[in-house]
Amino acid sequence: MTEEQTNLEEMIKQLTARVETLEENAPGDKLCLGVMSGDLDNTIATFIIALGAAAYDMEVDLFFTFWGIAALRDPKKKVKKDFLGTMFGKMLPSSSKKLPLSKMQMMGMGPPMIRSVMKMHKAKSLEELMAEAAEFGVRIHICTMSMDVMGIKKEELIDYPHMDFVGVGAFVGMFQEAKQCWFM
Amino acid sequence: MSEELKALDVAVEVDARGTACPGPLLEAKRAIATCPTGGVMCILSSDEGTIIDVQRWSKKMKHEYVGDYEDDGFWRVYMKKMV
Repeated sequence: MTEEQTNLEEMIKQLTARVETLEENAPGDKLCLGVMSGDLDNTIATFIIALGAAAYDMEVDLFFTFWGIAALRDPKKKVKKDFLGTMFGKMLPSSSKKLPLSKMQMMGMGPPMIRSVMKMHKAKSLEELMAEAAEFGVRIHICTMSMDVMGIKKEELIDYPHMDFVGVGAFVGMFQEAKQCWFM
Repeated sequence: MSEELKALDVAVEVDARGTACPGPLLEAKRAIATCPTGGVMCILSSDEGTIIDVQRWSKKMKHEYVGDYEDDGFWRVYMKKMV
């Protein structure tokens, strides 16, 4: 083998290694949304964007943290809690149906008004959007630390087929793999 | 344009007039699986935004956007399944 050939082989080896590294680190066709506010409007927007991305065959990961988690509570499920947990439980919205608005809350009149206006315009309700997200494989990841802080138990959350319980490490892993990550 | 579209042989028709964004796009996504390759799918939507949604979506999903026209208070959006 001539010296030139040896050099070429060496170069190809190096390039192959670099391409492999690039491929490993390349973002996938994934969208990652952080859901924190716990407001009805923001949560609706989250699910609409998630579903739009799902229609594009993107994988979608929703990371629910802090106030955001209240949207996933099921009011029919009762669990035993300690004093602080019970207090938090009473103060937090008991389900997606009780979420407040970020604007025009109007002492509780805002959310039902928005819901009825949206219905008038044939927009899907948050609960319908959530059911569709389940159908389209949108994944929900819930921050365990927030659950602990607010005394929210797994047993009081809605039945959702693609749901798991994670820490920030999982969220960082998710958005490293995603093309986009937004905090709603 | 609408005459040409009306003359098309539609394989799948999706009536998404009962729903607002993102309903029509999701209905299209569901229905595309039932459409044969090379077949034309027509989406009926009362939301004008569906037109550009489906244009972009078709392009990305490697299908072909065919056209659209306004019918009686709603839009008919045509695309061809290519893959």
